[in-house]
Amino acid sequence: MSKILEINNLFKSYGPVEILKDINVSIDQGDFLVLVGPSGCGKSTLLNCIAGLEPITSGNLSIGGQDMTTVSPKDRDIAMVFQSYALYPTMTVAKNITFGMKVRGVDQATQDEKLAYVAQQLQIEPLLKRKPGQLSGGQRQRVAMGRALVRDPKLFLFDEPLSNLDAKLRVEMRTELKALHQRLGASMVYVTHDQIEAMTLATKIVVMKGGIIQQIGTPAEIYNRPANLFVADFMGSPAMNLIPAKAVKNGIGTAIQIERNGNTPIVLSDTKNLDLPEDVILGVRPEDISDASLRANNETQEADCVIEIVEPAGADTFAVMELGGKHVTARLHSETSAKAGETQRLAFDLGKVSYFAPDTGKRLN
Amino acid sequence: MADYSMHTVRNNNPIGKIALRWGLYVMLGIFAVFYLMPFFVMLTTSLKSLDEIRTGDLISLPREVTLDAWRTAWSGACTGIQCEGMRPYFWNSMLIAIPGVAISTLLGALNGYVVSQWKFRGANIIFSLMLFGCFIPFQVVLLPMARVLGMMGIAGTIPGLIFVHVIYGLGFTTLFFRNYYVSIPSELTKAAKVDGAGFFRIFWSIFLPLSIPIIVVTVIWQFTQIWNDFLFGVSFSQAGTQPVTVALNNIVNSTTGVKEYNVDMAAAIIAALPTLLVYVVAGKYFVRGLTAGSVKG
Repeated sequence: MSKILEINNLFKSYGPVEILKDINVSIDQGDFLVLVGPSGCGKSTLLNCIAGLEPITSGNLSIGGQDMTTVSPKDRDIAMVFQSYALYPTMTVAKNITFGMKVRGVDQATQDEKLAYVAQQLQIEPLLKRKPGQLSGGQRQRVAMGRALVRDPKLFLFDEPLSNLDAKLRVEMRTELKALHQRLGASMVYVTHDQIEAMTLATKIVVMKGGIIQQIGTPAEIYNRPANLFVADFMGSPAMNLIPAKAVKNGIGTAIQIERNGNTPIVLSDTKNLDLPEDVILGVRPEDISDASLRANNETQEADCVIEIVEPAGADTFAVMELGGKHVTARLHSETSAKAGETQRLAFDLGKVSYFAPDTGKRLN
Repeated sequence: MADYSMHTVRNNNPIGKIALRWGLYVMLGIFAVFYLMPFFVMLTTSLKSLDEIRTGDLISLPREVTLDAWRTAWSGACTGIQCEGMRPYFWNSMLIAIPGVAISTLLGALNGYVVSQWKFRGANIIFSLMLFGCFIPFQVVLLPMARVLGMMGIAGTIPGLIFVHVIYGLGFTTLFFRNYYVSIPSELTKAAKVDGAGFFRIFWSIFLPLSIPIIVVTVIWQFTQIWNDFLFGVSFSQAGTQPVTVALNNIVNSTTGVKEYNVDMAAAIIAALPTLLVYVVAGKYFVRGLTAGSVKG
């Protein structure tokens, strides 16, 4: 199957400022690609380049197997949903949705038919005669999606479409969007700064920082095997614990020593045959540190830790301690016996940890 | 809560509040009277006969209301050697002001749309230069403009005057529309581009329908400017194409024996009437549009 979107060696600069550096991404039909990164990482610029709203400085870009590098937005067979929804304020919902077809000279009967179909899909039939100003945020969002859906394009582009909604609605719309993607089997590119949105929606994630792609992979790959310290820190909430440690080779594997303030170091032994430098940064997800009494796994290593803060969060309880000069969060069972100021025996799941080089930030295992 | 109510009671002595209110109204009333006084004198004088003006008090009401002065001012007063009143010049002014306002508003809207939504290299410089045009005094452009009009072959004609007013007004109208459109999110243009609309389509279908308030502001501004203009009118017109302001000046300054104050006053009111009307009809939009430029939605 041919690639629905292919970007090769894309560079984008505004004058002397390079915004995007050597971007290479491709997706297949039906993929849901999420571009995620902090503000100013260039993800929205990349989306605008895909849409043709920003010219690219060098490199090439094809959509549906056709070179689109210099083609104008209207001829790219794309539809786009914007953060501010960008509904035409003076037109009714129906006119908003059919504007694209009207501009392209689609006949009235087809327009009506498609409008009715999309309105039914998104359950916005009662709103068709209203103006955008009379709609709530969630309704505007639906109309904006309707305007994209009605075009039935090769590629859908979403520019942070949920970030103006309140938290509850955002979660609802996220689920709905995912359902829509599965139902339509459409190809989508989605920009967000919210890593949870990225994880839940994507079939493929691109993590960006400073105009450079940090890692491309499935949500599981990104989460479990982050390529560098930035990705490790950015993806996941609470963030991955990044603990400075010393790796010492011994007979059975590698001993990982973590300094503790006013206490003997924790020594964990990794039995996998790893080739690690002496100084490493140990990356452990909070859920991979658990109550020793509740966990039995070959690769877990236990240690006594002094808990500083206990934060109950309903389903889980987060315990914060200090290891290697960093605050380390453990995700414990909600009925844990851990108390602030007391020692708790915790299990570290070394089967899931990541090791990073402190100087380059690159993944080592 | 208790604290709050005590506080309000202490500060809201009912008598003091009423006195303050009344003081405010009296002040406003005095200002209003002060501003309306000249108009009152003009109106009453225009309704008096010459005899009454000569013998009576300046601010007294007319003993006998007569519209003779108005009739003379409209169709009989002499400007120099011609005695046709204000009527032909009034129509000249209409012929200048209406196309002048329409063209400069439309071009200003297009300019503002380009400068705010279709950013190109140097867009800000061009906008700054146009803005600079707003501050160039009339007198500076008189001679160059006379040359240009001569070269274009429209010197002394009504199209020539329309041209002058369009050029001079463009800086202001561009400024108005640019400031209005700059608050419209650029995503709207992007969405329309992805939808397949082109430059004019987006302008016509999306931006113009949004622009009613700023169009009203611009029309009032331009109409007032063009209608009230005297310098361009007197410089670039000839017999037969003079606007109403020039005619008013000529009527008032033509001295043929007796000074007809009532006719002068009536002529002045006639000359001011259209701008007054525009303000009354569209005034609330003017204040609203000057302050608010944002569009929700």
